[in-house]
Amino acid sequence: MARITFIQPDGASATVEIANGLTVMEGAIDNDIAGVIAQCGGSCSCSTCHCYVAEDWMSVLPPPDEEECGLIEFAWEPRESSRLTCQIRVTDDLDGLVLHVPAEQL
Amino acid sequence: MSTTIIAGAGHAGGQTAISLRQAGYEGRIVVCGDEPVPPYQRPPLSKKYLSGELALERVFLRPDSFYARNDIELRLGNAVREIDREGRTVRLEDGDSLAFTDLVIATGSRPRRLDAPGADLANIFYLRTLADSDVIGNALAAGRRLAVVGGGYIGLEIASTAKGLGLEVCVIEAADRILGRVTAPEMSAYYTSAHRARGVDIRLSTSIAAFEGDDTVEAVDCGDETIPADVVVVGIGIVPAQELAASAGIRCDDGIVVDERCATSADRVYAVGDCTRHPNPILGRTLRLESVHNALEQARTAAANIAGTPTKYEQVPWFWSDQFDLKLQMVGMSQGYDTIVQRGSMDADDFAMFYLKDGVLIAVDAVNRPREFMACRKLVPERPRIDPKKLADESIPMKEMS
Repeated sequence: MARITFIQPDGASATVEIANGLTVMEGAIDNDIAGVIAQCGGSCSCSTCHCYVAEDWMSVLPPPDEEECGLIEFAWEPRESSRLTCQIRVTDDLDGLVLHVPAEQL
Repeated sequence: MSTTIIAGAGHAGGQTAISLRQAGYEGRIVVCGDEPVPPYQRPPLSKKYLSGELALERVFLRPDSFYARNDIELRLGNAVREIDREGRTVRLEDGDSLAFTDLVIATGSRPRRLDAPGADLANIFYLRTLADSDVIGNALAAGRRLAVVGGGYIGLEIASTAKGLGLEVCVIEAADRILGRVTAPEMSAYYTSAHRARGVDIRLSTSIAAFEGDDTVEAVDCGDETIPADVVVVGIGIVPAQELAASAGIRCDDGIVVDERCATSADRVYAVGDCTRHPNPILGRTLRLESVHNALEQARTAAANIAGTPTKYEQVPWFWSDQFDLKLQMVGMSQGYDTIVQRGSMDADDFAMFYLKDGVLIAVDAVNRPREFMACRKLVPERPRIDPKKLADESIPMKEMS
C-alpha cells in the first residue's frame, strides 16, 4: 500500500491510499481524482492519465518503456517528469509519491 | 428536482452518470441496466480479463462506493422496457415506473447471430458481456481446439488470447481477407501472416455450412472441409440495440439517430454509444461507431448538454486492438482512401500505414508505433496535406509532420 498525493493545477491536493498491484491510474480513478481520465482503461493507448512526477521522485520510479515514451511525447504539454500513471504499478516503495495533474489532457 | 434516467448501464451509460456529476448536475440520476453488474469496461473481455490476467474488480468503471458517494442510483438487472414520451416516464423490467426530465438511451449493441444448422449446440458462444467472457474463459482450457467464426477485431483478439492460453486456434473468415470491413488489404495481409506466424490457423473465403455434434459442438462443417472444434466463438459483427427507442417512435436508421449534441428526435431524449447513428462534421457524414472513445465522448457530450452547457461532439474516431505482442492503434476512418503509405517495417512488427484522400491525411493504422498514432490524433482533425514521401521517410520525426 502507498499513500500517493495528487496536486491539481490550482494547488488543491488530495492524498489517497492505493493498494499494491494496482496502477496509480486505477487508484486515481477509484478516488475521484479530477484530471486523470484514462480513456483506454490502462492499455497504454491514449495518454489521458498523464501526470508530472515530483522532482525528488523521478529517480525512484522505474523509467518508462519505449511505448510509454512515444505516447508521452505527444501528450498535453509533456515535460521531463511526465509519466502515464497507468504504467506505474503501486508498491510499498511508492509511499509518499507526489504527482502533479496537468491542466488538460489530450 | 430534475431527474435523468439512463437506459443502459454499459460503458456509455455509466460514463454519462459519472460525467453528469462531474459537470455539477444536482438532479436525481438513475442508471438502469439489464445486466446484474455495475458499469464495466468491455475491451478487456476479449483480452486480459478473458486470459485471467485482469481481476474482476479492475474491470469495473468505478468501485461500488463511487455510486453511493455521488448519489447515483443503480437499477441493475432491471432494464428500461418502455418509454412513454408524452407522460415522460419509463417502465422498468420489474414494472416500476419512473418519471424523467431528461432521458439518455445507452442500450449499446448485441452480437449478430449466425444462422446455421447446429448453431444452438453447446459450446458455441458470442462475446458481448462480462457473463459471456466468464463462460468463454471457462471453456478455453489448454489443449482444446477453438474455432473462431469471423476475422474481425473481436475474433482476432479472442484467437490471440486463446493461443496464449495454449489452445489450438482456427479463425474462419467468409471473405477473402480478415478485417475487410475496417482496414486496407495490406493490413489484412499483415495480420493474416502475423497470426499464422504465431500459430493461428486462418481460413479465408470459408463459409459455415453447419455445426456438427450431438449436444456439444464437435466440428465446423465448412462445405469442402470439416474443422474439428471443442469450442466455437462467433464474432461476426454487432447490431445496434435500437428497439427501445424505435418502439417509442424515436427516429432510427441503422442506429438511433442523434445530432452533434447527442439529442434524438424526441425532446430531451439523448442517445449515446454503440446504439447511435451520429453526424461527424470532420468526416462529413453520419456513422455508427463501436468504440470506447465514441462511448465516452458521447456520454460526456450528452451529460454536458443536460447539465446546461451546450456541447457538440466533433472528434475524429480512434481505436485500439491488442493481439499477441502487436499493439494496433488507429485514428480516423480509412474508407475511400486513394493513397496508402507505409512507414517502418512490417517484418519487424513496427510500422504505420497512413491513408490519404486527395492529398489529405485521413487515417492511420499504427502497429507498435505510439508516436505515429499520437501525432495523427492531433493531425487528422486538421485535414492536413502531407507529402506521402515525407510520411514514409523515417529520418523525419513525426513531430515535424504538418
